[in-house]
Amino acid sequence: MPHIIVENLIKTFHIAQRQPGVWGALRGVIHRNYREIAALDGISFAIEPGELVGYIGPNGAGKSTTVKVLSGILVPDAGHCEILGRVPWKERIAHVARIGVVFGQRTQLWWDLPVIESFDLLRDIYRVDPRQYGQTRDELIALLALEDLLDIPVRQLSLGQRTRCDLAAALIHRPAILFLDEPTIGLDAVAKLAVRDFIKRLNREQNITVILTTHDMDDIEALCTRVMVIAQGQILSDGTLEALRDRVTKERRLIVDLEGTEDIADPDAHVILRDGHRVHLAFDPDRIPPAELIARITAHHPVRDLFVENAPIEEIISRLYAENR
Amino acid sequence: MNTYLSDSKAYAAVCSARFRTLLQYRAAAFAGFGTQLFWALIYIMIFEAFYRSSPATQPMTYPEVVTYIWLCQAFLVILPFNADPDIRAMVRSGNVVYELLRPANLYFFWYSRAIAQRTAPGVFRALPILIIALVFFEMDLPPDFLAAGAWFISMIFAVLISAALTNLLNISLLWTLSGEGISVLLAASAGLLSGLTIPLVFFPDWSQAFIAFLPYRYVMDIPFRFYLGHLSADQIWNHLPFQIGHLVALIAAGRLILNRGIRRLVAQGG
Repeated sequence: MPHIIVENLIKTFHIAQRQPGVWGALRGVIHRNYREIAALDGISFAIEPGELVGYIGPNGAGKSTTVKVLSGILVPDAGHCEILGRVPWKERIAHVARIGVVFGQRTQLWWDLPVIESFDLLRDIYRVDPRQYGQTRDELIALLALEDLLDIPVRQLSLGQRTRCDLAAALIHRPAILFLDEPTIGLDAVAKLAVRDFIKRLNREQNITVILTTHDMDDIEALCTRVMVIAQGQILSDGTLEALRDRVTKERRLIVDLEGTEDIADPDAHVILRDGHRVHLAFDPDRIPPAELIARITAHHPVRDLFVENAPIEEIISRLYAENR
Repeated sequence: MNTYLSDSKAYAAVCSARFRTLLQYRAAAFAGFGTQLFWALIYIMIFEAFYRSSPATQPMTYPEVVTYIWLCQAFLVILPFNADPDIRAMVRSGNVVYELLRPANLYFFWYSRAIAQRTAPGVFRALPILIIALVFFEMDLPPDFLAAGAWFISMIFAVLISAALTNLLNISLLWTLSGEGISVLLAASAGLLSGLTIPLVFFPDWSQAFIAFLPYRYVMDIPFRFYLGHLSADQIWNHLPFQIGHLVALIAAGRLILNRGIRRLVAQGG
């Protein structure tokens, strides 16, 4: 039985259009033109318990709208949605008691209170059993290394510290599903790694279902077994990262560090970037096996070092967006 | 109703957290203390001049008016004169939709905060002002225990009714965003209609029915007249049904309007 079932969800926003100038503003008082924007245009998917799903798409694609519908904040115009057997917007209070939500750059902690008091407050709001609360809190404090932050008012925390505290806050009531909306946005490298590591452990050890929206493809590569791509309110692709890669392009990269700075000319590979001694070549592994290409290049050129990699995920995604524009 | 009772611990926790946060504003408390002391003395001077110059019998004796003025200034923050600044910030930034992620009734969630807002800032003002006024400035204690009891009961309703009015202000932010206009309007009318500006018994007869119809007099005037013994303590039985009625009506109206506001909010998305 899937944790999340979404069938043919539709949500349209009506946005009043203002005409420029004083005359336009005056006319707008009497008659307004509305522009319709289909934020969700028939979205369907199902997510099983314990899945860690990446949900990606360009700005304005409908990611946040989806998350808001799933978390019971927004009522769709049409379609069906069932999470843990409940329709979110119909049984909002019972529904939100079973989910956790973290919105990057926003905080659900109380700005003026020390972190630990926010946790205590959440315990009371979610009516968490005191014994279970003590255990969960201590676990989270250990996992996220919050020991030294507990007595600091939230407004004095750095973004990275706050995100860690927010993650803990979203999990105090042991939700079955966790929605993460750009949790690593604005974080430095160390904080990003800490957050990713935590999400991974959480999903693996406690089998929490996680939906992660992000623009950071490293998040996706590090965490997600399944990726859903949305653009203009429609799901373009839904599957493993490898399947997505294969669908869009099979292209691989061969990066060669030469002894000299001569050009490489090969009929089965083309140069996409030159940077001093380093040459980036793109090739299709179906046309020429990587081993053969490497053998040919090392035969013709003195080579210091070389390695093969996949096309960067950013490029794959942007090609997918471009194809569907 | 059962679910609200089981939720009471959550609301109490929210109220107490907000209360503690508001206690941190010590500079505001000191400033308020000074301002209210100053205003009380000015009002008293005006009324002294008024009583000396007018030979007519007034609806309240001069010592009663002095005590009434001190009570008004000591309990000034009880007046529903502004919305919750945190809720205003949330509405402006759009964060307000995330309030819907709490497993709680949003009206009572905000109502708990409003109770804290109408009481916490008074802690450091009311007590020192009352002590100074009682010792140095001719303020009187309640005439007997019954009067004190009636005052105490009606003060509880004053807080509850004022918090319901404050919450209406909070909810109005969903439409107006900044709430400046409504705040200014409401602060002025609340001051006038609750007895802060002039004790309500001094208002002309034709306006008394109108004043009696509104909830504001239960925020200051009625409790303070119980304190003075100007209303005898057994009058509490006549006023209690109205206090409860106003409270229930304000909460019902607030919840209705909030539900509309949420639907609006949800329709706009973001």
